[in-house]
Amino acid sequence: MEYKPIRKVVSGNYAAAYAAKHARVEVVAAYPITPQTSIIEKIAEFIANGEVENLQYVAVESEHSAMAACIGASAAGARAFTATSAQGLALMHEMLHWASGARLPIVMVNVNRAMAPPWSVWDDQTDSLAQRDTGWMQFYAENNQEVYDGVLMSFKVAETVNLPAMVVESAFILSHTYDIVEMIPQELVDEFLPPRKPLYTLTDFDKPFSVGALGTPADYYEFRYKIEKAMEEAREVIRKVGKEFGEMFGRDYSQMIELYRTDDADFVFMGMGSLMGTVKQAVDVLREEGYKVGAAKVRWFRPFPKDELYELAKNVKGIAVLDRNFSFGQEGILFNEAKGVLYNTDAHPIMKNYIVGLGGRDFTVNDVKKIADNMKAIIEKGELDVEVDWYHLKR
Amino acid sequence: MNTLFGEKKEGATKIVLKSVDEYPEAPITLGTTLINFTGDWRTFIPVVDDNKCVKCYICWKFCPEPAIYIREDGYVGIDYDYCKGCGICANECPTNAITMEKEEK
Repeated sequence: MEYKPIRKVVSGNYAAAYAAKHARVEVVAAYPITPQTSIIEKIAEFIANGEVENLQYVAVESEHSAMAACIGASAAGARAFTATSAQGLALMHEMLHWASGARLPIVMVNVNRAMAPPWSVWDDQTDSLAQRDTGWMQFYAENNQEVYDGVLMSFKVAETVNLPAMVVESAFILSHTYDIVEMIPQELVDEFLPPRKPLYTLTDFDKPFSVGALGTPADYYEFRYKIEKAMEEAREVIRKVGKEFGEMFGRDYSQMIELYRTDDADFVFMGMGSLMGTVKQAVDVLREEGYKVGAAKVRWFRPFPKDELYELAKNVKGIAVLDRNFSFGQEGILFNEAKGVLYNTDAHPIMKNYIVGLGGRDFTVNDVKKIADNMKAIIEKGELDVEVDWYHLKR
Repeated sequence: MNTLFGEKKEGATKIVLKSVDEYPEAPITLGTTLINFTGDWRTFIPVVDDNKCVKCYICWKFCPEPAIYIREDGYVGIDYDYCKGCGICANECPTNAITMEKEEK
């Protein structure tokens, strides 16, 4: 079948809901939380209108239960989906470990929102990055199209390596902002994403067994190693699935870090999510003005794209890491990870951390230009002014 | 999955997996109770009176362990290797067919 995209003007949240529908999810268990709510409202609407067959919606009383229900459904062999934000994701935390530990390929959309207090509903990546060590893969979407594509690819990757995956989009900047999204006809989605083949299924009544039983010190360790092996395998699977997606639908995701005009760049801006759209636009403006700059958008934060980062770092003099998140007592989380990866390599560009946009603070092309001037001066001088720069701080 | 963890080998007193490759991908059926009987934790022991039993199987549904089974004649039996003596079965039984008695050890 020839690929003719269906163009729809949708919000990031509706893009997520459509992707879940097209992925033929069988169980959705979710609890409403701003700004995620419209994802599950749309899915409820699909069910009410009879647009989906074989999709069970479980209304639960909290996010902890939402993930518990997804775990049960996934262990029974179903393709399970949920969505949440910030405090809801934090409430799910315990269950996230259960999902990855039991090797269940659940896919969740997390709408990035700042943690309270002060109470905030705006964009900030600290909620999802705080789940870094739960064994979930994490994909960061730049725009509504990537939310849609990310959900479909995540199901395929998750079900290949048997680990859960989180697709992350920005509060309001994507979740409630409408944009054109090219959707894929159902038959082609089915071709790309065949029905799930579970590792095990609780509904095999002839072979009963228990899941998540006691693991003594004699056995626990091996299961942790198996999760790490699956994460390692996921790097290759992500590249392969991203390439296949590109060949079928024209949007290539084979690189875990998307490089934008970095070929002859002196230094690059590195970051994740919607803020990288602003950065790419700023790169165009700066290039016109004679700056040799590029952008490096980290698409997958887990597994961490070590190889791609090393290749990039070898060829630039500096990396400005833009973190819309913070790990208190240390530095921005992406900055921390990136520096750690490069320590035992021969690639050591000057790296500076800019903390930007926390709690939805506006981050504009003009801000990127100011950062570019600062980075340029640092590289010329050959030394950092400060390592971690609270860029927007009212001084 | 090639191996289901916990299929006890003939004569084995302990299940030992020697290399990481012998482990299943997911931590399912660790099989620890095949060798680790949990029935010696109890003080009280349930005793079923078949004359009072009406085969409603409420005890079988409520037992939190797999300690109650349905016998071939339709009455319920108790697997004392795994019964922890919690007494839920006796509490739920509508005809008081199950009584908890102090176990003589």
